[in-house]
Amino acid sequence: MLWGLLALFTGAAVFAILWPLARRPRGRAEHVAPDVAFYKAKLEEIAREGESGVLSQEEAEAARTEAARRLLKSADAVTPEETAKAPASPRLRLRLVAILGLVFIPAVSLGLYSVIGNPSMPDDPLAARLDVSPNKMTLQVAIAKVEAHLRQHPEDGRGYEVLVPAYLKEGRVEDAVRAASMAMRKLGATPERETVYGETLVYAAHGVVTDDAHKLFVQAAAGPTPPLKALFFLGLAASQDGDKATAANYWQKLMARLPEKSPGRAELKARIAALENASPAPKAAEVAAIAGMSPAQRQATIHKMVDRLAARLARNGQDVEGWLRLVRAYKVMNETDKARAALATARHDLGNDAKAMGRIDALARELGLS
Amino acid sequence: MIVEAGHYALVLAFALALFNSVIPFWGIRAHDDRLMATAPSVALVQFLFVATAFGALVYAHVTSDFSVLNVVENSHSAKPLIYKIAGVWGNHEGSMLLWVLILATFSALVACASRAMPQDLHAAVLGVQSWISAAFLLFILLTSNPFTRVVNPPMEGMGLNPLLQDPGLAIHPPLLYLGYVGLSISFSFAAAALICRRIDAVWARLVRPWTLLAWMFLTLGIAMGSYWSYYTLGWGGFWFWDPVENASLMPWLAATALVHSTAVMEKREALKIWTIFLAILGFSLSLMGTFLVRSGILTSVHSFAVDPRRGIFILGILVLFIGGSLALFAWRANDLKQGGVFAPVSREGALVLNNLVLSIACATVLVGTLYPLALQSLTGAKISVGAPFFNATFVPLFLPLFLIMPIGQMLAWKRGSLLGAVQRLIVACLAGLAAMLIFAAWHGAPVTSIVIGGLAVFTIVGAISDVVRRVAIGGSIGENFHRAIGLPRSTWGTAIAHAGIGVTLLGLAATGWGVEKVLVIKPGDVVPVGPYELVVKDFGAEQGPNYSAKFAHVNIRSGGVKIGSIDPALRFYPVRRTSRAEAGIATLGLGQVYVSITSSGANGTYDARMYWKPLVVLIWFGAIIMALGGFVSLSDRRFRIGAARRIQRIVAAPQPAE
Repeated sequence: MLWGLLALFTGAAVFAILWPLARRPRGRAEHVAPDVAFYKAKLEEIAREGESGVLSQEEAEAARTEAARRLLKSADAVTPEETAKAPASPRLRLRLVAILGLVFIPAVSLGLYSVIGNPSMPDDPLAARLDVSPNKMTLQVAIAKVEAHLRQHPEDGRGYEVLVPAYLKEGRVEDAVRAASMAMRKLGATPERETVYGETLVYAAHGVVTDDAHKLFVQAAAGPTPPLKALFFLGLAASQDGDKATAANYWQKLMARLPEKSPGRAELKARIAALENASPAPKAAEVAAIAGMSPAQRQATIHKMVDRLAARLARNGQDVEGWLRLVRAYKVMNETDKARAALATARHDLGNDAKAMGRIDALARELGLS
Repeated sequence: MIVEAGHYALVLAFALALFNSVIPFWGIRAHDDRLMATAPSVALVQFLFVATAFGALVYAHVTSDFSVLNVVENSHSAKPLIYKIAGVWGNHEGSMLLWVLILATFSALVACASRAMPQDLHAAVLGVQSWISAAFLLFILLTSNPFTRVVNPPMEGMGLNPLLQDPGLAIHPPLLYLGYVGLSISFSFAAAALICRRIDAVWARLVRPWTLLAWMFLTLGIAMGSYWSYYTLGWGGFWFWDPVENASLMPWLAATALVHSTAVMEKREALKIWTIFLAILGFSLSLMGTFLVRSGILTSVHSFAVDPRRGIFILGILVLFIGGSLALFAWRANDLKQGGVFAPVSREGALVLNNLVLSIACATVLVGTLYPLALQSLTGAKISVGAPFFNATFVPLFLPLFLIMPIGQMLAWKRGSLLGAVQRLIVACLAGLAAMLIFAAWHGAPVTSIVIGGLAVFTIVGAISDVVRRVAIGGSIGENFHRAIGLPRSTWGTAIAHAGIGVTLLGLAATGWGVEKVLVIKPGDVVPVGPYELVVKDFGAEQGPNYSAKFAHVNIRSGGVKIGSIDPALRFYPVRRTSRAEAGIATLGLGQVYVSITSSGANGTYDARMYWKPLVVLIWFGAIIMALGGFVSLSDRRFRIGAARRIQRIVAAPQPAE
């Protein structure tokens, strides 16, 4: 099909050359005539302008003389033999040019196209790509389809809800945040939607439960049967704040509701156990003091605390909780390089503790540092 | 299949351009009509193929075919249809294809306009056009191919630069390219005239409509670009002496001189050297503009992608065409015989002065544009040549033109009387002086605005009085009316275009009376700006198809009464993660209130710029009037020799039957 079209194009191009070569030429006199016609028209124009008074009598006279002189000159140029029919073009020359057209045009175009073209690649318009049977559909296609649907029907909150997990799977965290917030706005807030939105915010903050996310989980957990994930993240928030009792409380509640065979139980158990033998968190008085500082002071104090922790771990590297806190702190302070370095040292120091290594790896994944 | 067919069509167009670069000249040399006759036929088919290629690219953009790299890099399926189409030329590859499409369109038009032209000149013009086409098609195919494919197409594109997501994109580049590329026709005519030794009045008449057409489009394109930057960049300015703007101004200056020069050549066979030189200069400057913008030497919103290979390729094209044409010019110097003679004080003399001033002004802009580049490449020092330089050099050079313009119009051909011309301009002089008094009383300082404003009024009235003096020479109103109708259209065109530039000058003069305020705004603020009060009502947010916007709602009050409202906005485009200002503009009379918000400060405030710009609309309105003048001139019967001859032929047809 494509090759047929290309052949047609090439044929048309060659025809554009052969056709004028085969036609009887116009008489030569006609080609020279524009000069004569020009000065004749000019004389008429001068006469008209003279009559209407645009040109004064003198001006018109002078212009007429000049134009007439030039008219004679160009009429002279049309010599008798030129007025006759032009001599037929030599056959040899015509054939040569015709052959040149026949060979040169396809040679250049096909030669160049075979180097830079992609004749085997079909068109691939977006609409056709979206129009595939559901079982062949990739996640990307599905996302694009739902997105297209939402552009037509931006009020359809279900679409946004469907998109959230898909975006997360594709690693498009910011899109997931937007979709989750849209779903909540369009369909109304429920504990489930609040939890989903909060979860996306946590991922967007690289695993840190931010204030906004925390508020959402609190709202979601206000009812009699809070969503399981909300409980988990509330516990995570408390553990990140160093509030071990609250964290253990949430996670125990969660444990009670997890079915016996749930694979999550083991991990949760490990987390609860880790809470108990963790290194001492910053003292409450210290936290209160930090809260009352100016931003610059606070920054300096936090840096000091982090440095203190790093120094302690350098002396004794057998503290998993300490390492986890240090890596997270560096990440929050946007010092990714230091975070990576800390991860490497932690792995070295904790090398023979498989459980601790598992938690370090999990954190690295959570923070996107692996 | 459509994409690949378009790709192949582009390759075929290149092959045809190569063919047409050689064979017509063989035909001219051998006086072989059939060989020459291939030129228009090939040019027409070449146009069809370039149009096919362009159509295929548009199709790929409209259907969001992300297997085409150009679509991936510049489109997004969420974009409104108009930007999917306009986005085709909102990038380097597509805009070069548009360039070539317009080139091919002009060639096709020339191919169709064969009746009035000597065949050898016709073939040579098309041949030279084919050189240009071949060079640029090769450039596109080798360095900037818009049909490059992607093996694993992504599901979404990267979107279009938000600064370009504006209706302006649909109009500005095509208009400007019509102007730039239109100058290629003048260039081809000049080169063809040198080759065929046909540098005469007939040639001048043939080239004039094309030059006028290019000049019109260039005028409109520049004005459009200036208005676009005025309302999207949010700085309240309309001309920044940016190198890219200068790159369009220089060809305009050359084209303006060329339009005048061809008029002299057509009427009197004089100024041949000027005309040929300006035709070469005009196109060379537009090529240089393309080079500066496309090579990445200049970085601005216009330079889409930087690739040194492209720069070198275009530099090669530049050297080839400018060098080649100047060499041809020198070689045929003997043919450029002096035509009609004229006294220094005459219409011709005034036009020579016009050419001189325009050329020197053009040279000034060239120096101001290239000097910083040259300095940087030689010493590494970065300097910026901006408004102060051009205000000190270009402006004082250019302003005297406005004095000469009406006087020149009043002078007779060959030998004129300066005194007589000035006498005929008494009314215009008085109007100019009266305007100065009125401006002084109305607005006061600065003095330059008053003087330039008076000069502008003098120019406008002077342009009109040329028509009046030809029409109002006694008789009844009816007679005068008939005389006005009978006046050559080109006379009307001249008067309209001259009045147009006067109108633009008046708008420029009025910038001195403008008011500018840069401040932090919050709801409830009342800011007096010029004769109006701007009341900041509230701030809001809205969601566009592919952007989110924050806007301020501002009411305009005059004497305590609300007369309008504007919503300056700050748009954020998530795909490209950039924002741009959308200025709020209200046109009140001939002036504008202009507000743009730039960034949101702390606790619910915005940084804002507020302006009152009296008579500012005249700047662009004048440009439209200028282009209208060009159009009226273009409709002059003299440019339609072909039509007249065809009628004669029909009358003459029965004769051979005898």
